[in-house]
Amino acid sequence: MRQRSDSLFAGFAWGATFLVLASIGALLAFLFVRGAGTLGPRLLFGDTAAWAALLRHAPVFDGLWPAVVGTLLLVCGSSLLAVPVGIAAGIHISEYAGPRVRRVAGLCIDLLAGIPSIIMGLFGFGLILFLRQTLLPDANTCLLLSIVCIALLILPYMIRTTETALRSLPEDALLLGPSLGFSRWRAVRHIHLPLASRGILSGMILSVGRAAEDTAVILMTGVVANAGTPQSLTDKFEGLPFTIYYLAAEHRTVGELDRAFGAALILLLVTGTIFGFAYWAHRGLEQRWSLRS
Amino acid sequence: MLARNATGRSVAVAAQEISLPQTADRWIGGLLGAATATAACTVLLIVGFLLYSSMPLLLSGEFIETVTRHWRPYHMPPEYGIGPMILGSLSLALLALVLALPLGVGLCSFLHGLAPRRLSRPVLIAVHLMTSIPTVIYGFVSVSLLVPLLRRGLGEGSGFSLLAAALTLAMLIVPTITLLLNVHLQQIDPRIRIACLSLGMTPAQTVRRVLLPASRQALLAATILGLSRALGDTLVALMVAGNAAQIPSSLLDSIRTLTAHIALVLATDTYSPEYRSLAAAGLMLFTLTAVLSLLIRQLGRHSRGGSHRAPAIR
Repeated sequence: MRQRSDSLFAGFAWGATFLVLASIGALLAFLFVRGAGTLGPRLLFGDTAAWAALLRHAPVFDGLWPAVVGTLLLVCGSSLLAVPVGIAAGIHISEYAGPRVRRVAGLCIDLLAGIPSIIMGLFGFGLILFLRQTLLPDANTCLLLSIVCIALLILPYMIRTTETALRSLPEDALLLGPSLGFSRWRAVRHIHLPLASRGILSGMILSVGRAAEDTAVILMTGVVANAGTPQSLTDKFEGLPFTIYYLAAEHRTVGELDRAFGAALILLLVTGTIFGFAYWAHRGLEQRWSLRS
Repeated sequence: MLARNATGRSVAVAAQEISLPQTADRWIGGLLGAATATAACTVLLIVGFLLYSSMPLLLSGEFIETVTRHWRPYHMPPEYGIGPMILGSLSLALLALVLALPLGVGLCSFLHGLAPRRLSRPVLIAVHLMTSIPTVIYGFVSVSLLVPLLRRGLGEGSGFSLLAAALTLAMLIVPTITLLLNVHLQQIDPRIRIACLSLGMTPAQTVRRVLLPASRQALLAATILGLSRALGDTLVALMVAGNAAQIPSSLLDSIRTLTAHIALVLATDTYSPEYRSLAAAGLMLFTLTAVLSLLIRQLGRHSRGGSHRAPAIR
């Protein structure tokens, strides 16, 4: 029997879906329409010639190039720190740790994953204040500090995805190693890791995306509006998400607002591409196991 | 599948315990263990830092005062309390949750039964895609689209308000809620759906009367996760909520959250009252989110389908 409240419920579900999709559609359409006109070499390099900026002969004053470089360095640096440690910890928790270690480590990693990013930033900021009063009176917020704090932010994701990828391997893959007389590490290295590689890869890509988009951490740990391209790890730097935030609040001319839209579009394209890769890796993984079983 | 996998693993472990331990293997195990220890110590380090920074407040008993008082640094005598920010954070997060929860549940019901077959997959992909949009972009579009709209529509105030921030933040947590609930609904035994079908139930009835009540726990976990994400968000609140340190009394009030407070206040040394208020705000925020994380863990332990973690694709 069809009841009226059930039809109402169906209407509610359709309405909710429509509302969410329409909002996201409006967001994307607005960004593309408003931002598309700003794209071009001028957006990145301003009045400086592109090759001069790329070869670092000339500084870029009114373009996004320094922000792009800053974000790139930040992503590379924090991935270099977090990815190896994250994968190693993920392997340890899923393959080596006993039940008690697994429980304690799992608790710590859940807590770490739940910490808001602004607290990571506050941690970095407080660390610098502490260092100034004790060991290094000249310490200041910088690119290196941001890299470390962002690495802390993405570390739990890396660990979780590695662990999940390893733990969802099918039974025959787990039995293959011992049946060949492999030692534990040999089985992990030659059987488990290659089979779980796509899952680990998708986690890695997502972590990179998170490193690229986070604003709260770098806000506290060394990003500034007009730093130029950083020359060393102890320099201040610019970042794409921070540029969007800064220009949205402080733009003085229409040109600066246009640049904010350009930056938003570039960042969206970057994170969208990253997401696409992660989704592709993840889907491949699903298909692989569903074909087998 | 889960049980099968567990046996496989225990057989594998047993077989490895029989095989001779190799020195290289031990080394590698130790190295991997060091990585786990690093991650675990990081949390302790952060907790330690927050406690150490708020130690002067905790020891002198001023912590309670800081948490309850107003923020009036230029007043005579100055006050450095974070009371309005705590209320601001809570009201913003709860309001965003109230807005997002029905949307998430509606979306999930749509995906599980109500959607025409050809629509369900693209909608799910769109929800996944929503997670990849940076928060700063949600904030930015809100500032340039929603805030002017509110300003013109309401005819009063600047538009930077609790309402604008809550609407934006709701969009941010809808995918979190939807994806967690979706994973749970996917794991529900397909025989239940067949039974419902054979009873002559419509898809809407199946979702509303059987599937959703069966995933009450997942719904609770999704709610908590959404709340935790709403509390921890900085950029939307910072860009859209207006940042006036006042106790919110209406939807159109400009408010300041704990996260925005940390981002806004400039502290130059650890002895200043500003820095202490930051430390107190950090400690409050951490305590809130840690309690929520623990609750989700606890829920996951009692559920059949394993843990309720944030989906891998956030």
